[in-house]
Amino acid sequence: MTALLSLENLSVHAGSKPLVSNLSFSLNRGERLGLIGESGSGKSLTSLAATGLLPAGLSASGSAILAGKQVIGAPDRELNQLRGTAVAIIFQEPLTALDPLMRVGKQVAEPLARRAQRDGTPFSGTALDQAVLALLDEVALPDPQRIAKSYPHELSGGQRQRIAIAMALACKPDLLIADEPTTALDVTTQAEILSLLDRLVRTRNMALLFISHDLPVVANTVESVVVLRQGETVETGNVADVFGNPRHDYTKSLLAAARRLDDAMEGRA
Amino acid sequence: MSLVRVDHVSFGYTANRRILDDVSLDIAQGDTIGLVGESGSGKTTLLRLLLGLARPDSGTITFDGKPLEPGNGAFMREFRRQAQVVFQDPYSSLDPRQTIQSIIAEPLRSLKIAGDHAKMVGNALDAVGLDRDVGTRFPHQFSGGQRQRIAIARAIVPGPRLLLADEAVSALDLTTRIRIVDLLAGLSKTMSLLFVSHDIGVVAALCRRIVILEKGRIVEAGDTAAVLANPQHPYTQRLLASVPRLNLNEVSS
Repeated sequence: MTALLSLENLSVHAGSKPLVSNLSFSLNRGERLGLIGESGSGKSLTSLAATGLLPAGLSASGSAILAGKQVIGAPDRELNQLRGTAVAIIFQEPLTALDPLMRVGKQVAEPLARRAQRDGTPFSGTALDQAVLALLDEVALPDPQRIAKSYPHELSGGQRQRIAIAMALACKPDLLIADEPTTALDVTTQAEILSLLDRLVRTRNMALLFISHDLPVVANTVESVVVLRQGETVETGNVADVFGNPRHDYTKSLLAAARRLDDAMEGRA
Repeated sequence: MSLVRVDHVSFGYTANRRILDDVSLDIAQGDTIGLVGESGSGKTTLLRLLLGLARPDSGTITFDGKPLEPGNGAFMREFRRQAQVVFQDPYSSLDPRQTIQSIIAEPLRSLKIAGDHAKMVGNALDAVGLDRDVGTRFPHQFSGGQRQRIAIARAIVPGPRLLLADEAVSALDLTTRIRIVDLLAGLSKTMSLLFVSHDIGVVAALCRRIVILEKGRIVEAGDTAAVLANPQHPYTQRLLASVPRLNLNEVSS
């Protein structure tokens, strides 16, 4: 089986300055991989490079094969075929990811209709409305009828993130990229969104690329991790192995910091 | 004795919606208190009341036995000297056009504090672990953690007895966050600290006492270790259960 996403020696440069250097990993259907690191480590740039979304001024080299197609150097026309079908992204801040002037039901309907058209089974009207409500229900939003008619500002942060997840799912992607999806949320909401993501990724058998700086969140969400520091891969492996027996000093320092807060909470500090 | 006493305080920005509902809280001299709550719980509003930036609708707040009087200029000047604040975002809380020296000396100027300002700024830089020669540089030349040290230096330069910190480490990377927590822990030996945060782990590492705020009401308060080990209120229990742990044993099994 070929990987859904395969990076080989992927590098991102701003001019001559390297931001991500020689990153390699691959991800198959049903696998969950965490990209962890602190700010400036290149986590988000990696996901943008892998989907051809790097901002102007940054250049990628190496290889990023998404659903069998080379992303690096490919024109947007080709990449648009992959976006939504092969991969969908959930971003950190649901308020900026949603259109403030459009009812959220309509925002979810857009990718739903587009995907259906692409599949050769276009639908609209009542059928589309029904599909939107079903999807809102799937992301466990209460009262989908009312929510669908709401604007983003009328929803809580957690509800907005569920809408963003619904939009990503509407594309029926094989790979879901979640870039700090719970960082902006309260801790009780975070727990709900994480368990929602976990359930959806399992039931739809998607691959998950989970980007986070929060080690305990990563430990509870993915099977394997890549630890990045200033664009360099410092360590990769099974999450239990890496967190249980870190080899690199940087990973050790991250874990020591996380463990100190864990210990303080458990009364061991 | 208590340095700050919040006595049955209620507050709302509009008449029909209460943000704080019958909140009472004592901050003893030398105490470290973590005020924990989620968004909309009223943490920041309580902090605004404590700073005299808003007045309670009912109830009283006293500082050192005297009621806060936002209208009394002389009282507030003395109060500002004694109660200082550090905010969440080190990128927006420092004036980009001022030098570090000038930024840290600002409270000394605005509160008309006499003395050798350069020396006081130097001492504050020492206390937060920055080199004295950073004074001639500008905020953009510093990392987030360093900027937060600068913000803390500015807060401690007038020699306050109470330091209020509003999510002061939330915007920082984990390893940086731990270093700032250590810095605040050291400073809290010489002043009272009210640390407002949604991050229970950080509060556990830093604060002797914890106060849990939900929808404007204090639902639980007490010794941090005791509350975390044996939470009584259902909301506290739900909050603690939601915090992800490293729990490697479970992951590897």
